[in-house]
Amino acid sequence: MMNPRPLAGGVSAMAIRRRTLLKGALGAGALAGLAGCGGGDDGGGGGGAVTFGSNWSDEVPKNAIAAMMKGHDAEVSINTVDHNSFQENINNYLQGGPDDVFGWFAGYRMQFFAEQGLVGDISDVWSDIGSGFSEAMKQQATGADGKQYFVPLYYYPWAVFYRKSVWAERGYTPPATMDEFVALSKQMQGDGLVPLSFGDSDGWPAMGTFDYLNLRINGYDFHVELMAGERPWNSQEVKNVFDAWRELLPYHQPDALGRTWQEAAQTLLRKESGMYLIGMFMGQQFPEGPERDDLDFFPFPEIDPAVGADAVEAPIDGFMMAARPRNEEGAKDLLRYLGTAEAEDAYLAVDPNNVAAHDDADTSGYSALQKKSQELVSGAKSISQFLDRDTRPDFASTVMIPSLQAFLRDPDDVDGLTKSIEEQKASIFGG
Amino acid sequence: MTAAVKKRRKPVRPARVVLQAFLIVMAVGWIFPIAWAVYNSLRDFDYTSVNGYFSVGGFTLDNYVEAWSRGEFGQSFYNTAIIVIPSVLITLLLASMVAFVLARFSFPFNLTLLALFTAANLLPQQALLVPLFRLFLNFELSYDVSDSGSLYDTYVAVIAANIAFQTGFCTFVLSNYMKTLPRELTEAALVDGAGVLRRYWQLVLPLCRPALAALATLQITWVYNDFFWAVAFMRTGDKMPVTSSLQNLRGQFFTDYNLLSAGSVIVAIPTLIIFFVLQRHLRAGLTLGATKG
Amino acid sequence: MADQAVRRPPRRPRRVRTLSGVDVLTVALMVAVPTVVVVGLVWGPALATVLLSFTDWNGIGNLSEINFVGWQNYEDATTNYPPFGPAIRHNVLWLVVFFVGPTLLGVILAVMLDRELRGSRIYQSIFFMPVVLSLALVGFIWQLIYSRDQGLLNEVLGLEGGARIDFFGNPDINLWAVLVAAGWRHTGYIMLLYLAGLKAVDPALREAAAVDGAGEVRTFLRVIWPVMRPVNIVILVITVIESLRAFDIAWVINKGRNGLELISTLVTQNVIGEASRVGFGSALATIMIAISTVFIVIYLIQVMREQK
Repeated sequence: MMNPRPLAGGVSAMAIRRRTLLKGALGAGALAGLAGCGGGDDGGGGGGAVTFGSNWSDEVPKNAIAAMMKGHDAEVSINTVDHNSFQENINNYLQGGPDDVFGWFAGYRMQFFAEQGLVGDISDVWSDIGSGFSEAMKQQATGADGKQYFVPLYYYPWAVFYRKSVWAERGYTPPATMDEFVALSKQMQGDGLVPLSFGDSDGWPAMGTFDYLNLRINGYDFHVELMAGERPWNSQEVKNVFDAWRELLPYHQPDALGRTWQEAAQTLLRKESGMYLIGMFMGQQFPEGPERDDLDFFPFPEIDPAVGADAVEAPIDGFMMAARPRNEEGAKDLLRYLGTAEAEDAYLAVDPNNVAAHDDADTSGYSALQKKSQELVSGAKSISQFLDRDTRPDFASTVMIPSLQAFLRDPDDVDGLTKSIEEQKASIFGG
Repeated sequence: MTAAVKKRRKPVRPARVVLQAFLIVMAVGWIFPIAWAVYNSLRDFDYTSVNGYFSVGGFTLDNYVEAWSRGEFGQSFYNTAIIVIPSVLITLLLASMVAFVLARFSFPFNLTLLALFTAANLLPQQALLVPLFRLFLNFELSYDVSDSGSLYDTYVAVIAANIAFQTGFCTFVLSNYMKTLPRELTEAALVDGAGVLRRYWQLVLPLCRPALAALATLQITWVYNDFFWAVAFMRTGDKMPVTSSLQNLRGQFFTDYNLLSAGSVIVAIPTLIIFFVLQRHLRAGLTLGATKG
Repeated sequence: MADQAVRRPPRRPRRVRTLSGVDVLTVALMVAVPTVVVVGLVWGPALATVLLSFTDWNGIGNLSEINFVGWQNYEDATTNYPPFGPAIRHNVLWLVVFFVGPTLLGVILAVMLDRELRGSRIYQSIFFMPVVLSLALVGFIWQLIYSRDQGLLNEVLGLEGGARIDFFGNPDINLWAVLVAAGWRHTGYIMLLYLAGLKAVDPALREAAAVDGAGEVRTFLRVIWPVMRPVNIVILVITVIESLRAFDIAWVINKGRNGLELISTLVTQNVIGEASRVGFGSALATIMIAISTVFIVIYLIQVMREQK
């Protein structure tokens, strides 16, 4: 039998005591295999190429990352793992001796690993690259302890997308308020269009709708506090969000729970629907050329004038450093490079589906959509990430996805639903 | 089958016709979904996204060419072989040994063993994930052998997990098959003075050929299509099996389903070939000359 | 002769004393090596999972960070986790449907194909094909068929607009849609295993039955079925295993939510990904182990009876 090393280096005396205690009390050695610290040892020495763990496995971003790494003056060895698997196994990855630098997301998802000590502090890198990023970007790169852990690469805003040709043909204009939005939806229905494409088979697209309604009705600060678990979910504020959503449901594409967001995009593509609230990545579902150039968007309309419409949901992707990189020097050099405008330009030249996070990035080659996205985000007073990036991931995936789907199935029982969310939240956030 | 049996079955003709008709209908129903997917794997995504899948046109072989180059199948097929071959061979070896003992001897601990191996099937992979990961991570290795300094991120970990996870199932199946074998066979060998090892290797295993072929087919299929252990216990993209190539074709933000299904067809071909090869052994009936006397 | 073979007296225990010293060592090794592998890599981790189910561990860091929370996870699972009830119900339904549907069909197909039919190998290949396909392809195949907007079924049925059936999204029917897809694979699987079993039946038995003038159905029921008893048990147990572990098609469609909840998908949702609820997920897995144990005990009682 394989006999696991009972205690890995770095286990505190307390851990040992606890382990012995466990073993004795429970009379089982099974947990012995669990003992020990998670982090990989850094015995590999300082030299050699910097390793980079990439979750950019799609064709276009993968090439873009390769182009970006080529611009670095040291050798970078790229380890690409498909996006989904990388995400699902991130815990194992980070504890099993990760690559020196790796791709990840901003927001709570970044802060969580910082708190667990699984990623490295790169505040000194930020003192070199900080001038190239806005204060909002820096904030999104900062952990709860005030240190920086993340170098932003790009963001993609969520907004209401539509086809210019369809709108021109029917004479629609972007609505600024909820009343106009509803009136436009009714008009579209009269014209035989589905007003809002909607597919929530994967569970997360509905989070975008929830977030925007919440941001418009209760404001950005409320969003942050709600996501942090500091506000009760069965409050009147949250119920208002669901009530507003229920009013909008007749304009959503029916049977959303069996439809993937990609299928929903096809209805917009085939001019069967008028609008689609989704992230900018949706454009990749459109064939390149005239079809894709036909896309445009408007920001989610204002609901309460007191709250306004200046909060934008724009998730940021970027880079982090392992807690104990084998080549720390090289890793930080790489991160310094990744935080430059040149690196950004190299990336976006290949993958124009996002907007650069760096202030000095070259925007001359931007498409109309990219330019508009940049204006939207730079004009925003606050930037949220996304429900599943702003709160605990376990809460988002095991509580919020089923709950939002339950709401879409049965929109009338908001009281029961919010009560259930709050109870489950209490058990996850620990009361 | 002897000629005598065949001849005697001849008279029931109408029943045969009904049987054939039933089987044809079933077979068409069975293969249709696959055929429909293959049909769409031969079509251009931009065409089907505009016209829908329920249409005709946009035919192309590009998906296959594209899937092959983009999925880096060459490397991943090789990686898969490294995982599948030892996993399946060792699993069948281990399982047939226990099954032999369980089926051919009556030790007092047989029931316990049977329970141990059978029940091991019922556990979901996910339930074992975290402890197994910790076990591998804390199994220290030299950096010369493993980049991670542990069993994590090695083929050994993935192979070991596959073997452990599949052995229970194979043991259970094989021991039951062995019980159907006429006992006269091994008892005759016993008289000849054959040792346990010889009885196992030269008598019982050859008789289990159909069962072993069936299990080998299933095992190869499962281990081949497994992705769970590979991504849980490895972190290096270049070591990933062919299932990961498929996963790479399924994009984060953009999924060209036609391309994905072209890739899936490419991936399915080796398992189908293996099935055809092993199918011959499934047909091998028993030759019982020895005991018929 | 046939009768004699069929009504073979129950097996009497073999005499172990006929084993020589070398044989004893051989047998010991044959049992010990696989046992160590299974105990070490399956039962050890399973026991660890049971222990973890009493903690609130998130899968990160060492044991000092583990807090024991008693039965809290179990309480949460049963009282404060809406998908739990449906998941149990769905697994039970899965079990029942598999027994009366695909398992039975697989056995019938095997019996049919066991005879020297024209095209038998081709039929076998076709029925087995779904088993070898990767999950990605299976997911795509059924998406093409069931999709509300572009699916073949809706097109063929000629449904338009609101009348279209949402096979994947409607929680009242999506489990049935998935059961069809899963049964499609399960049938070939059972067929293959049963076919292998039938091949091991002594042809002399059939010959003798044929000499006695028994019809084919009668031959099967009276002669083959009893001999196949151990294989029949394999089929039953496998159906139970597959039903309890059912996971992949539901996962690939919508990660086992909204009407497709299964215990295994809930375990996965909680254990995989960032900030996982390892303790809670382990509790769900332990519940699954407990349910499985019931079937294992039933099976073992059967085996014991047989041995007497």
